[in-house]
Amino acid sequence: MNRRLLGLAALAAGPVVVLGLFFVLPVTGMVSRGFFVDGQFAPGAVWEVLTRPRVARVLAFTVGSATAGTVLSLLLGLPAAYVLSRLELPGRRVVRALLLVPFVLPTIVVGVAFRQLLGEGGPLGFLGWEQTPVAIVLGLAFFNASVVIRTVGAAWESLDPRPGEAAAALGATPVQVLRTVTWPALRSSVVSSASVVFLFCATAFGIVLTLGGLRHATVETEIYLLTTNLYDLPAAAALSVLQLVVVVVLLAVTARFRTTSAAVQRRPFVPRRPARHDAPALLATALLLLYVAAPLVTLVSGSLRVGGEWSLGNYRALTTTGEYASLPVPVTEALATSLRTAVDATWMAVGVGLLLAVVVTRRSRSTAERRLRSGLDGLFMLPLGVSAVTLGFGLLVTLDSGVLDLRNSPLLVPIAQALVALPLVVRTLVPVLAGIDDRQRQAAASLGAGAWRTLLTVDVPVVWKPLLAACGFAFAVSLGEFGATAFLAREGAPTLPVVIFRLLGLPGAMNYGMALAASVVLAVTTAAVMLVVERLRVPSMGAL
Amino acid sequence: MKFLPISLRGTRRATTALAALTVLTGASLAGCSLVGGDSGSEGDAAKEVVLVTHDSFSLPDEVVAQFEEEHDIKLVVRGSGDAGALSAKLGLTAAKPIGDVAFGIDNTFASRTLDDGVFAEHSVELPPGAEEYALEEGGDRLVPVDTGHVCVNVDKAWFDKEGVAPPVTLADLTKAPYKDLMVVPSAASSSPGMAFLLTTHAAFGDDWKGYWEDLLDNGVKIVDGWSDAYYADFTAGGEAGKRPIVLSYDSSPAFTLDDDGESTTEALLETCFRQVEYAGVLEGAANPEAAELVLEFLLSEEVQSALPTSMYVYPVADATEIPDEWAAWAPSPTDPFVVPPDTIAEQRDTWLKEWTDLATR
Repeated sequence: MNRRLLGLAALAAGPVVVLGLFFVLPVTGMVSRGFFVDGQFAPGAVWEVLTRPRVARVLAFTVGSATAGTVLSLLLGLPAAYVLSRLELPGRRVVRALLLVPFVLPTIVVGVAFRQLLGEGGPLGFLGWEQTPVAIVLGLAFFNASVVIRTVGAAWESLDPRPGEAAAALGATPVQVLRTVTWPALRSSVVSSASVVFLFCATAFGIVLTLGGLRHATVETEIYLLTTNLYDLPAAAALSVLQLVVVVVLLAVTARFRTTSAAVQRRPFVPRRPARHDAPALLATALLLLYVAAPLVTLVSGSLRVGGEWSLGNYRALTTTGEYASLPVPVTEALATSLRTAVDATWMAVGVGLLLAVVVTRRSRSTAERRLRSGLDGLFMLPLGVSAVTLGFGLLVTLDSGVLDLRNSPLLVPIAQALVALPLVVRTLVPVLAGIDDRQRQAAASLGAGAWRTLLTVDVPVVWKPLLAACGFAFAVSLGEFGATAFLAREGAPTLPVVIFRLLGLPGAMNYGMALAASVVLAVTTAAVMLVVERLRVPSMGAL
Repeated sequence: MKFLPISLRGTRRATTALAALTVLTGASLAGCSLVGGDSGSEGDAAKEVVLVTHDSFSLPDEVVAQFEEEHDIKLVVRGSGDAGALSAKLGLTAAKPIGDVAFGIDNTFASRTLDDGVFAEHSVELPPGAEEYALEEGGDRLVPVDTGHVCVNVDKAWFDKEGVAPPVTLADLTKAPYKDLMVVPSAASSSPGMAFLLTTHAAFGDDWKGYWEDLLDNGVKIVDGWSDAYYADFTAGGEAGKRPIVLSYDSSPAFTLDDDGESTTEALLETCFRQVEYAGVLEGAANPEAAELVLEFLLSEEVQSALPTSMYVYPVADATEIPDEWAAWAPSPTDPFVVPPDTIAEQRDTWLKEWTDLATR
């Protein structure tokens, strides 16, 4: 039709092929196993599963708990995003880095830490929340509030404060400024982060099992049980399809809220000192810190106990393969593997994500084109909403011949992790890129700037910080990823979360102590990476 | 609108440039990251043999090195997931196996994988003592490698302190003195939990539901997995645990030694269910001869004697020495409960559903 569209199609081709090969094909392959019984197409079995009363119950609980988890994550995360991106506070960067730590902790470790707080013998045991939906929702928010802080914080930080200041100078109250100036500019990123958090909550696996006990099953836990334990592939396929439908509906709904983000003037911004009206937000942030810190303190103090005394013994043991050499590699080596894997997952996710973000944010010239872009945008959110079990096994049953026999490729793990990180990358970049007024690019071009110059002066200054945030996010996701990683074959090179899981599966105080110490190392590594990312944030290159 | 063509050209070039930049960055990073670099696995196929197993597989480096040197072959170990995930994975890839030999299929999953045609016949001879653990059906395809028992464990120290006699039998667990004292992992999400469900079947036959109702009335707590039960709820596992009775293994007491070298916990040997792990040559393996060498290796004295410390399980070969702590504190039950693998395969679904209904009533 024209070169513009061809160019964009070429740009979109890479991400689409990646997604098709490593996501659509495996998931379709796995689901179709359930639809075919002995080579015959037999959708009856799948349909029968969907009519079971248990399935309706499981679906209702999944949607309900994920909604509650998302709401709580927003309630906790939004004030903190404001405080940490707009206010001049001592230790702001450290706090921001620390708040991302829960996101990467292995769920099994957090689960045990939470249970030590909420359990029968714990300090909060009197609340009677153990094995209730309340515990599940608290756990979900613990993991996901940081997603809100990151994605919304990144957008908030690059927001021009002058319209708000002008409104305030004209007599608007803080609430009015929030409602009429800030909210319209942030809505897109808030909705984005909410949809990501919802998907994370709806597919949460370990935390639901650990904190909910067996009374509360979600679609994700059911798929795991049906596939690995009962080998009931039709039932697993039915639930996978159900999961997909829910996710697609969710994405369709959120897309409506996302599209109409107004172009925002952005400029470098100096955080200001807290004022009196910031008190509620500061209080909420303090509360969040306390909430995040409590299980972490339990974890750290546990890692420093050996035989009822304070000791660094657990940490010293990390360079060994355990008291009885029961680990395939020392914990330090697993950490190295994790870091290398994370580097790979990060460049994959950010490379594909950036291409995609550029494609979906360029201005559309027709309704059909806009729909296509919106559909593309939604398509890349799917990996978050689909069971790691279905994807993991799907990769094994489909990528099994010729050049595509990647089942044992060392790159399969980072690829799977990149798929999980990709939606976060896209959701971090898209609101920012969409907020750039296309007229700025036009103006730059008409003033004689070449393509590079336009890119450097218009896009890069605005995207720079969110891009770093996205890199950090992808890295963190990869470091903490356990679900898909655990299903894929690896050769003598397990990642740190896998080793922690292994240690927690063995009796003996030493193994338990090492698992806690290894979790602290994982947490510290993540925080360190996040801090470096914060440091890298060079002062903006000066917009226009 | 006058400026449109100019801006369009600029935009398109910008996006192309961005794409090129991304690809370049990606490619350069791929060289630096070692995961992309060390793909040494794609070597000479005849020179390596691939062992597919679960996450708990582990052997001392020197034992593996000795095997590799002796047969001039590289042993590639691909371990991931638990026993359930392993058997599902093998079943799904039955036509195109992901390795030459598999280890870690236990007696609760053996029947299913055999039915799926995952394993080929072998001609390996079992060491003395191992015969006892061989499968009646499928013994020509799967060899037993290790064994262990899922048993109720008690915190002796806690019972001593409270002046209460610890329970001995399964029936004791439903009695008043032990109300609210027991924690077990769920049969739905954990393999020892499933083993305990099978234990109650073997012990009580058709009355198993009645037994579970009594257990639940007596306040048994059901949690997600073994780690949860042992480390968060068991008094001898974590500092915050409140329950002195837990479902664990017969070997667990060997890991709860106090300062005097005595175990503070004990496995109740009348409550045990036998688990056996098997290995077999995969049907359609690229290197079946080497796969048999691996089976022989797993049954060799070197591996058998390394099993307790490396994988926390007992060897199947009689002549194997076991560690002193195990001999002293982790005796095996003489007459454990057993359910035939084919019965497990047939009934797993039904029993689990009935159990879930009971437990979540």
